Amino acid sequence: MSAKSILLHLAVVAALFALQFVASDYMVLVLTRIMVLAIYAMGYNILFGYAGLLSLGHAMFFATGLYAAALGVTRLGLGIPEAFLLAVVIGVIVSLVIGLIVLRTSGVAFMIVTLMFSQAAFLTVLYFGDYTRGDEGIVIPDTLRQFSVAGLSMDLTSPVLRYNLALGFLAFAIAVSLLVVRSKTGHVLVAIRENENRTAMLGYDVARYKLRAFVLSGAFAAFSGAAYALMFAYAGSTLASIQYSIHPLLWTLLGGAATVLGPILGTAIMFVLVDVASGFTTATLLAVGVVLILLVLFFPKGILGTLRQRYIRWLP
Amino acid sequence: MPDSKLIVPAKKRISRRSALKLAGAGAAAAVAGFNPGAGFVRYAQAQSSEPIRIGFQVHRTGIGAAYGRWYERTTTAAVNMINEMGGINGRKVEIIAEDDGTDPGRGAEVVEKFATQHKCDVGFGTLFSHVVMGSAPRAGELKLPYYVVSEGHHVASGTLNRYTFQPGITDVKSQVIAMAPWIAKNLGKKVCMIYPDFAFGYDHRDYFSAAIKAQGGEVNALIPIPPTETSFTRYFPQIPADTEVIYHVMVGPAVLTFVKELGEHFGSEHPPLFGFIDSLEAVDLKSPGLEFLEGSYLWEAYPRFAGAAPQPQDVFYRSKVGVDNLGASLTDPADISTYSHMFGCWETLYIIKQAMEAAGYQGPADKAKLIEATEAITTIPESDQHPQGDKLFNGKIHQVFGHQNITQVKDGIGNVVYRTTIEEGLYEPEADYTKMAL
Amino acid sequence: MQPGHPCKAAHPLAFFPHLLLALLEGTVAAAVLALAALGLSLVFGVMRVVNVAHGEFFMLAAMLAWWVAKMVPGGPLAGFLAALVVAPLAVGFLAFLTERLLLRRINYDPEATIVATIGLLFVIQQLALSLLGADAKPVAAPFTYRIVFPWFGFSGYKLFVVAASVALLLGVWFVLAKTRFGLIMRVTQFDRETATAFGIPVNTVYSAVFVAGAALVAVAAVLIVPIQQAHYLMGLDPLLMSFIVVIIGGLGSIKGSVVAALIIGLADGVISMFFSPTLASIIATLAVALVLVVRPQGLYGQAPR
Repeated sequence: MSAKSILLHLAVVAALFALQFVASDYMVLVLTRIMVLAIYAMGYNILFGYAGLLSLGHAMFFATGLYAAALGVTRLGLGIPEAFLLAVVIGVIVSLVIGLIVLRTSGVAFMIVTLMFSQAAFLTVLYFGDYTRGDEGIVIPDTLRQFSVAGLSMDLTSPVLRYNLALGFLAFAIAVSLLVVRSKTGHVLVAIRENENRTAMLGYDVARYKLRAFVLSGAFAAFSGAAYALMFAYAGSTLASIQYSIHPLLWTLLGGAATVLGPILGTAIMFVLVDVASGFTTATLLAVGVVLILLVLFFPKGILGTLRQRYIRWLP
Repeated sequence: MPDSKLIVPAKKRISRRSALKLAGAGAAAAVAGFNPGAGFVRYAQAQSSEPIRIGFQVHRTGIGAAYGRWYERTTTAAVNMINEMGGINGRKVEIIAEDDGTDPGRGAEVVEKFATQHKCDVGFGTLFSHVVMGSAPRAGELKLPYYVVSEGHHVASGTLNRYTFQPGITDVKSQVIAMAPWIAKNLGKKVCMIYPDFAFGYDHRDYFSAAIKAQGGEVNALIPIPPTETSFTRYFPQIPADTEVIYHVMVGPAVLTFVKELGEHFGSEHPPLFGFIDSLEAVDLKSPGLEFLEGSYLWEAYPRFAGAAPQPQDVFYRSKVGVDNLGASLTDPADISTYSHMFGCWETLYIIKQAMEAAGYQGPADKAKLIEATEAITTIPESDQHPQGDKLFNGKIHQVFGHQNITQVKDGIGNVVYRTTIEEGLYEPEADYTKMAL
Repeated sequence: MQPGHPCKAAHPLAFFPHLLLALLEGTVAAAVLALAALGLSLVFGVMRVVNVAHGEFFMLAAMLAWWVAKMVPGGPLAGFLAALVVAPLAVGFLAFLTERLLLRRINYDPEATIVATIGLLFVIQQLALSLLGADAKPVAAPFTYRIVFPWFGFSGYKLFVVAASVALLLGVWFVLAKTRFGLIMRVTQFDRETATAFGIPVNTVYSAVFVAGAALVAVAAVLIVPIQQAHYLMGLDPLLMSFIVVIIGGLGSIKGSVVAALIIGLADGVISMFFSPTLASIIATLAVALVLVVRPQGLYGQAPR
């Protein structure tokens, strides 16, 4: 991994850290959300951008993390760190199981199968409404959102703590992504994306690599979901619906698939777009749609992807 | 380093941040953030010339859009009235509206925007229960007084926080309890319930089952319908033979199909229908396919049809929000309003006014006084400010209780056949927000 | 309607009448599925593009049907016939613009198409909301006729939709199998490069297919909307269901789509009548997934070459 790339990513993290001191209260809240959800997008990118597998069902992993954390805290009486870890572990297990089933398909069949499993998960959330409270959702009371780690007491109602925690998580996600993408696994995934048959013929166990990518992306999604539930104190079935499967796809494509920073940029842009648009017009969706179309026409590989293609060849 | 009055006071724990903010705020705020410097300089000036900012969380898009439109219209009318009469404590009211897309996640973000970017005094206007559930916790955390215009039972149940109030519309538990005696007496005691398979439906299922039992009746079948269902015929065979009343509370656009298919399936041989106007808000009762409603009964919070002798308050209210005696827009008779819900906006805004005046509210520093003043409200008489009827407010559970109406549909017009007393809808309070710290 | 007057109809239904109702409902559901999926089957099959705005074309046509019915005097039948002409033309034109200005520019790149059509979805949805409003809009059927069975009534119009669906499917099959245009389409679907080598103007064919697909979904919407109602968010369901039907049936196979629609429609109709609907949905969804896991090319698709 070149020093240039490492420096770039460090700079991004540093910039985000510095931003909190100059940004408005509102921007801090928005950025916290963006960072947490960007992790979801980054995980999705590993599967979609690098391995070339378009899943339409990642909301089920996001929701797994979301509900595991929320239920862990409210029903099982777990502390925040324990609930978080539990959620991630469950997320890994679920992605493993689902991955073993769905990876037997590819292409459009894969799209639909992941979509179907995600729909089934969504319906299951509704079916067990006695526990999940269905569309109304679970509210995590403020009293349960305090915890202590290494003797330091922390309160998740504090915007400053949330921001820095989210930044820490994001930095971790960036580091893991960079490692994966630049490692042998990353290169094999790209090879699989470009030509699966040839990669198999070269002797690589394609199924195992795909599974790795799948579980990794599912784990990121669960991680993001758990963080979201704990930081924003809410888990509801709308977060498990199809829209939340489309979002990471959209964010990734916008920012640039197959780039590490692309998903972060994409998430940020979408949030900002919706936010800014709603200040000017009641037809927010229209503005977003138009911008998407324009972006696709002029930046078909996503913003960072196009930048990489034209100017910055070394961007991971 | 003293906290400057120029900036909304930050928490003590993060004084280092405030210090850096002071240093860099001026230049940096113009660079970062999407609200360059707006707001923080103005507060240095005399407070009394500043408007009272009410953050209006409106469902402009998403499944609640039909309601959102009328909520916005009613809110504008109410605010115009309030400002014409001098505003609140001599200050004009300014509405800052944001679309939450009828989505809980976006709702929480909108609340954040009201509290931190727009610097609103209060938040107001949310209707759909699941959005309230997702948004209210943020309001509580950000200490933004939050006046929702929803029918859910979540405020009264104690699940939310001391900053959230529901002072304009009676909650579904009370509505349903109030219906049971009349239904048992006039329609029948064996009730078959058809309801949506999510929280709103469960509220009806649970509260009505208990209430009808208390009247000596019973629910002989429960038919939950998945929220995304588009065709209902498959459920009708489950309706038992000895059903005396079919109680239905379908919501969403598919309700038109529901009624149509009921008609196709049963023809004219069917038990009395009792439904809730929630299903038919913004829908013309004379629409094709709704013939089956003829003769059936509907719950209404505020009867859409003014009837032969409307109250003067109702006449006044209708003229101000631009609705005719049939509940349709004055400028477009085909545009039917959400009459049984939108009054909640009107009345809630007046409650905010009443509470702010009682508390001598001057600014965000008076938040606690505002909360306590709201909790102190007890009886609300019928008036131009409260045209739906007189009400009782329970400050402990932050919920208001009013009259409910039962309407019968004849020739596509609704006629009120019964108006409940407030007592018929009261229930034992399940919580006490006043005991919580602010 | 008198108080205390119990259900005259023999409810709950005995088994066979119940099954009959389930089958009738299932057949109608299958017809609706097949109709909505037909346009997509064509487009997806020939062009291999995922048009996420497919459901919005459906919604648009449904809204137009309502609007036309409002504007045209002479009762529901006149409105229906007028809509059958106006909606496919309007939606077809929109599809034409989309294809020319958007899809061609991005060279039908699969990922870019997805994002672009998602953008289109937002645009169409918002326009529908802003221009036509958020309320559900009922559309009267061109005729109302209630078929009275001994145990329940059933809408005659629904059966008409089944018949229309069969007619339309046969029509499309005929065009594909027996006409020159159909031949060209099938060749382009089979292998784009070979088609070009044979002098077929592939881009023009794509244009025509995309427009035809949109027109078909518009016709479907006009037929279906009297059974449901028009609403600006109604596009999601047809989108999902169409994709499922097309992929289960197998890409590029109209017959496959029909068979898939039949299986899904009937199974859904029968299962959900006898079991808890949410549970039935979960089972059905998983079943669909498992079919694809076992046979990824769908029922009638070709195994990957």
